[in-house]
Amino acid sequence: MKITADVPSPLTALDRPNSYIGRAVPRPNLARMTQGRAQYVSDVVLPRMAHVTFLRSPYAHARIVKIDKSAAEKARGVVAVVTGTELSEVITPWVGVLSHLKGIKSAPQHAIAVDRACWQGEAVCAVVARTRAEAEDACELIDIEYEELTPVTDPETALAPKTPVIHPELGDNLTFERTLDVGEVDKAFAESDAVVEATFLFGRHTGVTNEPRAIVADWNPGEQRLTVYQGTQAPHMMQNLFAKHLGLEEHQVRVLTKDVGGSFGIKVHTYADEMATVALSKLLKRPVKFVADRIESFVTDIHARDHRVKGKIGVKKDGTITAFEIDDLTGIGPYSVYPRTSGIEANQVVNLVGGPYQCPNYRARARVVFQNKNVMCQYRAVGHPIATGVTEGLVDLAAAKIGIDPAELRRKNLYPDDGYPATAASGLKFEKLSHHASLDKILSMMEYEALCAERDAKRKEGIYRGIGLASFIEVTNPSAAFYGVGGARISSQDGATVRLDATGAIFIHSGVTEQGQGAEAVLAQCVASSFGVPIERVRVVTGDTDNVPYGGGTWASRAAGIGGEAAWQAGKALRQNVLAAAASILQAQPEGLDIVNGIVVDKGTTRERITLDEVARICYFRPDTLPPGFQAELMATRHYVPRAWPFAFTNGIQASYLEVDTDTGFVKLLKHWCVEDCGTVINPQLVDEQIRGGIVQGLGGALFEHCLYDERGQMLNGNMADYLVPMAVEMPDIEIGHVVTPTADSELGAKGAGEAGTAGAPAAVMNAINDALRPLGAKPLTAMPFTPGVILRAIGKV
Amino acid sequence: MNAFCDISLTVNGERVNERVEARKSLVDFLREDLTLTGSHVGCEHGVCGACTVRVDGEIVRGCLMLAVQCDGASVETIEGVSDSGEIADLQEAFQQRNALQCGFCTPGMLLTAQALLRNGSVPSREDIREHISGNYCRCTGYHAIVDAVTAVAQARAGGRK
Repeated sequence: MKITADVPSPLTALDRPNSYIGRAVPRPNLARMTQGRAQYVSDVVLPRMAHVTFLRSPYAHARIVKIDKSAAEKARGVVAVVTGTELSEVITPWVGVLSHLKGIKSAPQHAIAVDRACWQGEAVCAVVARTRAEAEDACELIDIEYEELTPVTDPETALAPKTPVIHPELGDNLTFERTLDVGEVDKAFAESDAVVEATFLFGRHTGVTNEPRAIVADWNPGEQRLTVYQGTQAPHMMQNLFAKHLGLEEHQVRVLTKDVGGSFGIKVHTYADEMATVALSKLLKRPVKFVADRIESFVTDIHARDHRVKGKIGVKKDGTITAFEIDDLTGIGPYSVYPRTSGIEANQVVNLVGGPYQCPNYRARARVVFQNKNVMCQYRAVGHPIATGVTEGLVDLAAAKIGIDPAELRRKNLYPDDGYPATAASGLKFEKLSHHASLDKILSMMEYEALCAERDAKRKEGIYRGIGLASFIEVTNPSAAFYGVGGARISSQDGATVRLDATGAIFIHSGVTEQGQGAEAVLAQCVASSFGVPIERVRVVTGDTDNVPYGGGTWASRAAGIGGEAAWQAGKALRQNVLAAAASILQAQPEGLDIVNGIVVDKGTTRERITLDEVARICYFRPDTLPPGFQAELMATRHYVPRAWPFAFTNGIQASYLEVDTDTGFVKLLKHWCVEDCGTVINPQLVDEQIRGGIVQGLGGALFEHCLYDERGQMLNGNMADYLVPMAVEMPDIEIGHVVTPTADSELGAKGAGEAGTAGAPAAVMNAINDALRPLGAKPLTAMPFTPGVILRAIGKV
Repeated sequence: MNAFCDISLTVNGERVNERVEARKSLVDFLREDLTLTGSHVGCEHGVCGACTVRVDGEIVRGCLMLAVQCDGASVETIEGVSDSGEIADLQEAFQQRNALQCGFCTPGMLLTAQALLRNGSVPSREDIREHISGNYCRCTGYHAIVDAVTAVAQARAGGRK
């Protein structure tokens, strides 16, 4: 374990002569993006392409009595008007369950609703027309007779006997339940000097990707092949699902991702309207394009969070935490989302609460219930902001109760840095974490004592500032334990194919995908380093199921740790192949040669022996000059999946410094810090920006973002004017620091960094707000988002 | 049912004569009719700024302006200002600072930043944050964008603070 500034990372096996590991190499794809020459799926246009618009249910729960589409069919530009029943002839429904989430249940979901709509926004009919505008015009001509049914909207009463059951065949509205009882929880609470209880609410929010979901499906009957351009994070998963539900073989389906305008977990799921688009292409034998408009995004992109957690912590006078207990309730909409399920987030909450702390006594219950609202599923840092919010909220409340500094309480209970490997009460296994080094580093970065003094001095002037800390752990580099063991065909391994081209440049084909996080830069860095070429000579290909190794794509912070390791190994393998060829040409021993800066040299010296383009020229064009029996192999593939540990847990800590305006209720974020340990830092700039972007998404959830519904299941703020997201002026500068504890599970030692920011930011802000308001005698705020109204009510101003 | 209008304008310095639907937004016209896809459609109600283009030198929301309103105007998109080299230093700074991730907001963000810097001023970080607050970025957290714009402002002013 090592504390670093930004660069360089500690190098071991990675310490190659021209290593790019640990360097802030600019991403290769930025020039076209800054010039407006990127190509997103929403930009794709194909010959004969038609556009689909979906007529969506205005009711949260309604029986579809009759659809009269005759007028729409005659409208200008219309190719077809297709109902759910008609489309179900082309595509089969799906059920979002996994076998390792015991007891999870859901109902068959159709691409377009058949007979019944289960949330406001569910597609009930499709219009395909020459242009999107014509399709929208025709949608207005469809006459649908509905019989409105009682909607189930409140999770608290979803399981009550008098509440209607959304899917009667399932018996009740309980999707999934998990309980855990470890140690001696009741005894621990009884022996505590203080017990603190609080109920935490996490508002429903959503990803708001800047580019809405977009898909172009092109069924070619002549080839019997389906080509799908889709802004997805998991192209192979989608290839499998399109094939499965359209009755095709996987090799008949090609998925291309192109550039993706934001994803954050939003674009890793199966969406009914996207499945419908693919089915419509097959039905109509022509390319069909669907791009969600912003209102559609708000009512159909998966929502997230929306947890109510009753939490309890026990603590001794000396600050020792004795027990945690939680009861989590979350509503997920009418279907568990396919194929990852909507049970994973609650499952994560049970796993992660109390995670940073040594505490043997832990009891948890999580219940996931159906409701007639948009579906909920995995969004960036799945479950982490909930678990961290509850844990760190309770820790701060306990600190206040027994009168101990919040940083001290953490120091007393965090897993010791020399105490690994360790197993948490929830069963999580930690290889090696660095909570104390991280805590020490952040306190030093923020000049904690001076900051506390400043805060206290300001209070005397009637300025209410607060400091909030939040330690966290983060699940990254998931093995098959996440989905594969549950029966979902979502690959946890990933592969990289590396090829020397005829002029001495390197091509990488990788199964992970690029959505802006910089995976392509990381892959190029890994191969340039392990093979030995300048990075300018490396070209990366991702996001094309016809042309990349089978893999999982990019989610759960797996691209660098898993995809990067595969690329690193493939680069090494190709180096051996190329050295064998060079040795054959030079009549030398391969082990006496190396590749440095794109040139084959004598190992240990820089004496040049032969250039790569010359090796390539001979191998490709004059193999007749090679010794008999020698076949050059200028392409190598390697795969990688973590095996020793089911996940690479990372850890970190965040801190927020803010000021509450007690007249307006506005929170001004003054500064934010994060120290994160993601193991080997392959590209410090990319890691820092992942963390910063993640923090701002977490700050959004804490202060602004909220999908508001009324009791009839109508979303009230489904547009960007009413649904607030963080903009530049509200955001503070964000300082990032690193502690580096490489995982021994891979040679690179890289863990993920994508979730860390979102995991810890809401808790840090919550604790800072409560710190600011404590002198005013306000009851602690535990219901996010903390809007001005919430704050003014807490201090009795309204 | 739909009214069509003939319009004549220059787009990135090229003369354009087209017949467009009266209801068609400027950004849809640029993207669909002229296949200039650098301007993006994010929210279609004037909030996100992804569709920012310049009309007669001023930045506008391409989703809130109709194509027919641009009859006789000079429209510049990210493709045009890229080719002219006007914002080459901003583009370079964004690349060096990784002031973009998915890149979807970037064309609008660059044009907005250029509007702030065009008069040669060196705005404070707060001024930059205020100015780009009509442009939504979900990926970066804005910090890197503010860094990049600051660097260009200082460089253009010859290092003067």
